[in-house]
Amino acid sequence: MSGSIATTPEREPVFCTRGLIKTYQVGEVEIAALRGVDLELHAGELVVILGASGSGKSTLVNILGGLDRASGGTVRYRGQDLSLADDRALTAYRRRHVGFVFQFYNLISSLTARENVAIVTEISTDPMPPEEALALVGLADRLDHFPAQLSGGEQQRVAIARAVAKRPAVLLCDEPTGALDSQTGIRVLEVLRRINEGLGATTAIITHNRVIGEMADRVVRLGDGRVQEVRVNARRRDPAELSW
Amino acid sequence: MRALSRKALRDLARLKGQVAAIAVVIAAGVMVLILTVAMREAIASAQARFYETQRFADVFAELERAPERVAARLRELPGIDQIETRVQAPVRLEVPGFAGPVRGLLLSLPDGRQPALNRLHLREGALPAPGRADQVVLSEPFAEAHGLRPGDALRAIVNGREVDLVVSGLALSPEFIYQVAPTDLLPDYAHYGVLWMGRPGLAEAMDMDGAFNSLVLTLAPGADPRAVIAAVDRRLARYGGIGATDRDEQISHRFLADELDQLRVMALVLPAVFLGVAAFLLNLLMARIVTGQRQQIAILKAFGYGDGAIAGHFGLMAGLVVVLGLALGIALGAWAASGLVGLYAEYFRFPQMGLRLPPQSLALALALAVAAALLGTLGAVRRAARQPPAEAMRPPAPERFRPSWLDRSPLGRYLGQPTRIIVRNLSRHRAKTLFSTVGIALSGGLLLLGSYQFGAVDRLLDVQYRLVMQMDLHLTLTEPTSFGALAELRAQLGVRHVEGYRSAAVRLVAGRRDYRTAILGVEAAPRLRRLLDGEHRPVPVPPDGLLLTRYLADYLGVRPGGSVTVEVLEGHRRALAVGVAGVVDEPIGLGAYMARPALNRLMGEGPAVSGAWLLVDPAAQERLLARLWEMPRIAGIALVADAERQFRDYIGDTVLATMTILLLMAGSITFAVVYNNARIAFAERARELATLRVLGLTRAEVSWILIGEIAVLTLLAIPLGWLVGTGFAALLSWAMTTDLFRMPWIITPRTYAFSAAGVLVAAALSVTAIARRLGRLDMVLALKTLD
Ligand SMILES: Nc1ncnc2c1ncn2[C@@H]1O[C@H](COP(=O)(O)OP(=O)(O)O)[C@@H](O)[C@H]1O
Ligand SMILES: [Mg+2]
Repeated sequence: MSGSIATTPEREPVFCTRGLIKTYQVGEVEIAALRGVDLELHAGELVVILGASGSGKSTLVNILGGLDRASGGTVRYRGQDLSLADDRALTAYRRRHVGFVFQFYNLISSLTARENVAIVTEISTDPMPPEEALALVGLADRLDHFPAQLSGGEQQRVAIARAVAKRPAVLLCDEPTGALDSQTGIRVLEVLRRINEGLGATTAIITHNRVIGEMADRVVRLGDGRVQEVRVNARRRDPAELSW
Repeated sequence: MRALSRKALRDLARLKGQVAAIAVVIAAGVMVLILTVAMREAIASAQARFYETQRFADVFAELERAPERVAARLRELPGIDQIETRVQAPVRLEVPGFAGPVRGLLLSLPDGRQPALNRLHLREGALPAPGRADQVVLSEPFAEAHGLRPGDALRAIVNGREVDLVVSGLALSPEFIYQVAPTDLLPDYAHYGVLWMGRPGLAEAMDMDGAFNSLVLTLAPGADPRAVIAAVDRRLARYGGIGATDRDEQISHRFLADELDQLRVMALVLPAVFLGVAAFLLNLLMARIVTGQRQQIAILKAFGYGDGAIAGHFGLMAGLVVVLGLALGIALGAWAASGLVGLYAEYFRFPQMGLRLPPQSLALALALAVAAALLGTLGAVRRAARQPPAEAMRPPAPERFRPSWLDRSPLGRYLGQPTRIIVRNLSRHRAKTLFSTVGIALSGGLLLLGSYQFGAVDRLLDVQYRLVMQMDLHLTLTEPTSFGALAELRAQLGVRHVEGYRSAAVRLVAGRRDYRTAILGVEAAPRLRRLLDGEHRPVPVPPDGLLLTRYLADYLGVRPGGSVTVEVLEGHRRALAVGVAGVVDEPIGLGAYMARPALNRLMGEGPAVSGAWLLVDPAAQERLLARLWEMPRIAGIALVADAERQFRDYIGDTVLATMTILLLMAGSITFAVVYNNARIAFAERARELATLRVLGLTRAEVSWILIGEIAVLTLLAIPLGWLVGTGFAALLSWAMTTDLFRMPWIITPRTYAFSAAGVLVAAALSVTAIARRLGRLDMVLALKTLD
């Protein structure tokens, strides 16, 4: 497949991986980051991927997000195999379907909050206006501030607004609270949950903090490059109820 | 090896592109220094050694004829160390197998031995055997031009008589290092040669038994040359002396001294420009490399390395780069210098020219490079080391930005975000933008400097040979002759136009300055030898008074309306005050001009000419030359086309060869600077660019952010480079102004275009190299803290 990755309406998992393997060649050593991951993510659910540092969480999410390629196994997005997509198709895939939130926000420091969102909406087909996205994360009054004028939590909320403004089908967040104190972190998680509910985007949150798992529909625990356990929460807890 | 030293080596290996670029910048600066200094040193030391071993004279005098006892009395004068008397004769030569006219100077040697002064350096064969009037030693370049070896024969016409000669040896003389015919500017070894023969034979041929007509002497230590010259002049006046001169007016010495002056200025100006630029860039580049290693510094500090150790680490890195650049520069400089010295050796004939790298210059290059590198490195290390380690190990806090004026302008609303990023980055980092622009501009300026001379030389030769010299042939007569001679020339088949002139050797004196040259007496409106002003318009020839070449007027410090003393150096030897009527602008040589009748009056003679300019029919030229050469009154025939070719060769071999090397250096510097800038910009933006790729921007969209920035810097730098380069070129043209030629101060549009094109090509190549890196950009990088 070298064209675009189409949106298919069937009720099937958004993501489906089978025997996913990723090895890194570092000099003469092979490092196995993923050793056969079987996993499904369903439309609209909020999944927390939990695991110790080095367990392969980032590697998995990078492959799901089309940043990296698996060494073996399959990864399907709505039935289409991402490992067969070429660079151009993956770029289009990220552009249309995926929103990313990073541990260190990765805002463009020379652009204001509004412009940081606009850089994505300008290349999307049916985005919400940057102002609306920023209102969604509670930053309607911070539109023209540069990253340097914002706190860490505010910067992360700008990053979330940037990720959701294109109405992505999936939202991938790698340690979104990793650089924040717990209070600020909880505020960020609240925003993520609200957006998951409001926009219905399939949301994956990566963390090594097991407390955060309690806000998820399901918790996937990774260890040693494999899925160790999948737990379904009977009740999603409001992030405000969490503390660490 | 300590771990930190190993890291320094690894880092250098990892940064090899940038390291190479910086080394090239250093190497180029050092090379120019080594090249210019070594070349000057090579020639100056060869000169000093040759003068010393061959006992080059201090004072030179020519006269008509004096008995030998006059010399004995001169020896008693105070201030004179040694005197050597000689017989000399201008001769015409017939070389077997060579059709063209050949002139020569025949000088006497003491019978069977070396003279005490101006000794010959024999390259092959031997001095003429005692008592052999038929043996001659030839100057080596003349012999080479004709393939003559010891044992070969040639014929000379000495004092109207044919003499058959045999070559006994080939030699070089300190008197003829620059072997040029008296009226020429450049050597023409095929048409002019110097020969030496035993004195008895030459004296007999010249009716100079027991007499001499040339004299050279050395001064006693501490003697005042002016007093000695005045005393010699007084004694020789009665014998037709035309004024003794010191080395400054000895033709070979003077050309050599001029060349050395010019090389000295070049050895000052060019390295100053190149090393200055290199030092600036080195400082800039090292600072930016260190800044890029911010996080590494934080880690080292976290491990407990002190600021001193860290500074030492980067100092070591910088030092290695400097050593690399220095070694490269010295090697390239020595190589280029030996090549150029080889070219110079064609014009300046020394027994040997050894290349010596003066230790002071090496030390200077080293000190400058090290200082510039350390300045840049340590400043950046200090800034980096000031940060607390924990802070530095996180990605840099977002930099403070403000909307730029462009955002606030109405245009701002239409900017796309990527373009906005470019504008904000450039305006946020004003100092960096400025330095990058200046860095690229400086290299563009060097390109302009390197190419400027090519256009200027073309213009110089065009002015001289298309506008000033309009004749095909230039004839000199054996002595001033009445006008009838011109009618005879006009009557020759193939001659289309004839213009006579009177040329007289003079010394011009104004205040404390004096200059030996010739006054050229021309017709009221000369057609074949034009006198032009700065706008190339003919300058009318005044009925009385002199026209001086502008550079000569400036040298003498006289203006139109003023006057100079003219000491006539032939015939009656009078000194008269003559008014200066105007100046002429000509790029080659220094001359004085007068209406011919006025010059005839000055010389105290009736209407007479001493030479003529001819326009000839090209088809008939060959036969005409042969016929002219048969005419006994004609002492010399010069083809102006030959002279032009010689001049082009000379400038090509010396000035332009140097400039070609400079141009290559300037090109390397330009590429190094632009590439380094691009690499550093890439490193600084890699995280943002990767982030944008993750967000779904295409490779092209992301590339624009980087390429746009480079493009803006490049476009800003080009006009600035023109400005800087114009300054460099002005400096050089001023420094290169000599008696021999003056570079016209013109920069052609081609030169500007060349400089711009050089910078653009460097930018395009750099962008191509960077685009490959952008293609391989690791997006996962964006998600990481440290690289
Ligand atoms: N680019 C890479 N090159 C080599 N090894 C890597 C690379 N990225 C990750 N790894 C290794 O793969 C394993 C999983 O890493 P990662 O997915 O980042 O774990 P996590 O996000 O759970 O901390 C680790 O052992 C890590 O060292
Ligand atoms: Mg991770």
